[in-house]
Amino acid sequence: MAEQKRRNQILTTVSILLLLGFIYFAENYLDLYIVRILNVCAIYAILGMSMNLINGFTGLFSLGHAGFMAVGAYTTALLTMPPAVKQQIFYLTPLIKPLDQMNLAFPLALLVGGLLTALVGSMIAAPVLRLKGDYLAIATLGFAEIIRVVFTNTQSITNGALGLKGIPALTNLWWSFGTAAFTLVVLLSLINSSYGRALKAIREDETAAEAMGINLAKHKTLSFVTGAFFAGIGGGLLGNLLGTIDPKMFSFMFTFNILLIVVLGGMGSLTGSIISAFIVTFANEYLRFLDESINLGFFVLRGKVGMRSVVFSATLMFVVLFYRHGLMGSKEFSWDRLLASRVCQRMQGCFKKRLLKGGYDQ
Amino acid sequence: MSLLKLTEVTMNFGGLTALKSFNLELAPGEIVGLSGPNGAGKTTVFNVITGVYEPSHGQIFFMEQEITGMRPDLITKAGIARTFQNIRLFKGLSVMENVLIAHHLHLKANYLAAMLKLPGYRREEREMRERSLALLERVGLADLRDEQAGALPYGMQRRLEIARALATNPKLLLLDEPAAGMNPKEAEDLTAFIKEIQTEFDLTIFLIEHHMDVVMNISELIYVLDYGMTIAGGKPAEVQNNQRVIEAYLGVNEDVED
Ligand SMILES: Nc1ncnc2c1ncn2[C@@H]1O[C@H](COP(=O)(O)OP(=O)(O)OP(=O)(O)O)[C@@H](O)[C@H]1O
Ligand SMILES: [Mg+2]
Repeated sequence: MAEQKRRNQILTTVSILLLLGFIYFAENYLDLYIVRILNVCAIYAILGMSMNLINGFTGLFSLGHAGFMAVGAYTTALLTMPPAVKQQIFYLTPLIKPLDQMNLAFPLALLVGGLLTALVGSMIAAPVLRLKGDYLAIATLGFAEIIRVVFTNTQSITNGALGLKGIPALTNLWWSFGTAAFTLVVLLSLINSSYGRALKAIREDETAAEAMGINLAKHKTLSFVTGAFFAGIGGGLLGNLLGTIDPKMFSFMFTFNILLIVVLGGMGSLTGSIISAFIVTFANEYLRFLDESINLGFFVLRGKVGMRSVVFSATLMFVVLFYRHGLMGSKEFSWDRLLASRVCQRMQGCFKKRLLKGGYDQ
Repeated sequence: MSLLKLTEVTMNFGGLTALKSFNLELAPGEIVGLSGPNGAGKTTVFNVITGVYEPSHGQIFFMEQEITGMRPDLITKAGIARTFQNIRLFKGLSVMENVLIAHHLHLKANYLAAMLKLPGYRREEREMRERSLALLERVGLADLRDEQAGALPYGMQRRLEIARALATNPKLLLLDEPAAGMNPKEAEDLTAFIKEIQTEFDLTIFLIEHHMDVVMNISELIYVLDYGMTIAGGKPAEVQNNQRVIEAYLGVNEDVED
């Protein structure tokens, strides 16, 4: 037992060191395109985990994530853009004071973005969380749309439909992976605490949870606001990665992508959300050809814009219908399970055989 | 002094009166039964006591405080715990987690302290675990603490649900048909178990039991409902020979045999 624990600690430490080494390598030697995709992976992992807290662990069917991300993205962007750039892009209506002169350090701006999103989350929590199931989904979806419409029309704060351009590219792999790791650690600690158990109890059976003395409104709000906080931070990282944001970006399609990550990774598994964030993001890139024309030399296959969305929607349907537990179900990643898995056992078997037989295979 | 008092409690669901002018007084330390045929309004009594429904008329007092229409979690906090007729465990969670969750209402550490695992929270978590384990040992489920609650055999699920209710540290325990679906031997064990926990945890117990023989065995007092009306109340022997009770039950038996 103790030995196993030690082994797992060593494995974890080695993995973290390898990851740090990899980030260093990627930042310095990999091409920008790959680095950008890796950044997106980590940001999607943050967004997936935060949505999983609300939807997977607490059982609240919320679809307001794009709204949260928008609040975080705009806040962080406005707080990090140099005053000169702001003056330049807000040419229709000038940016209100004191935002036009404000300039914060990136981590501080991210934190403010997260806190402001949490505030917005807490404001809509009271009316919205009284609803259940489909009604909650519709209300939160409505909230995200309202955010979008408001952002399109508050010219003097958001620059309206023109969006923000020239956002400093402050997001790098250290920030995105660091924040993802921080999110994982904090949320894991939360779900394993007494409050986390209370959230799971609400998911399992609201009536019974309430009969056990759990204040439903309070705990649902805590979960919702915490999820909003991390979604806001994720949004902030995304804005400062892409360099430009506009209200159209934060449509339902965005929420849908995050939902796909959560469902594919397993409702109620944070590590599942991380794994599937990487899978979905890379798939999104590699399936790009579906939207474009493919030249087969003698024949040009006409791609259809939107084909990728169809593939993703079909995947979600497939997962929900036939594979409801997703990759991880409600379990978290563990070394014990990985080492006991069939693939790993076979690999270990081969390895030992090779050692014994001196290189002969079977 | 009465622990629980219901005065003229009526519960209407649309046009249906599930409970009519119901009066009840429980003294501390009593075991009282509530009986009656299907649909008589027994579970409704529990639901209005625990705040699931707000009664249409009447008042409910617990330890001299009015609790009519209060939120269910606050009523549980005040000291009333319950089990459900069709077992409502947190099925996907472990046996241990089920009991731990019932301790949550006594947690003093706030959300951030728990998330950051501050020392104060850690101590409370450790105490919660110790108490939960002791409780599971007491009800004979300690060996199964890591099993999924929904995977336990029926009788054990019933026991776990009682253990979970006890974990909230109640003064009054409401049991909704705890012996339902059990064979006579199991029902007898359960009766003994209920009597034991009553003295051990210093409880007042109010239990619904459909089967007259079980209630007779365990309760000092029995109330009988039929169509939302109290048709009898008193010592088991008196109630058993009450003409209206016999009729109510015979009526039901005919229905059942159809
Ligand atoms: N939420 C509700 N809405 C409408 N009618 C209800 C509701 N709850 C209970 N009733 C009705 O009230 C009556 C009493 O129900 P209750 O569940 O209290 O009966 P019971 O005595 O517990 O019966 P059983 O022995 O079957 O458990 C029934 O006719 C039932 O259909
Ligand atoms: Mg009932």
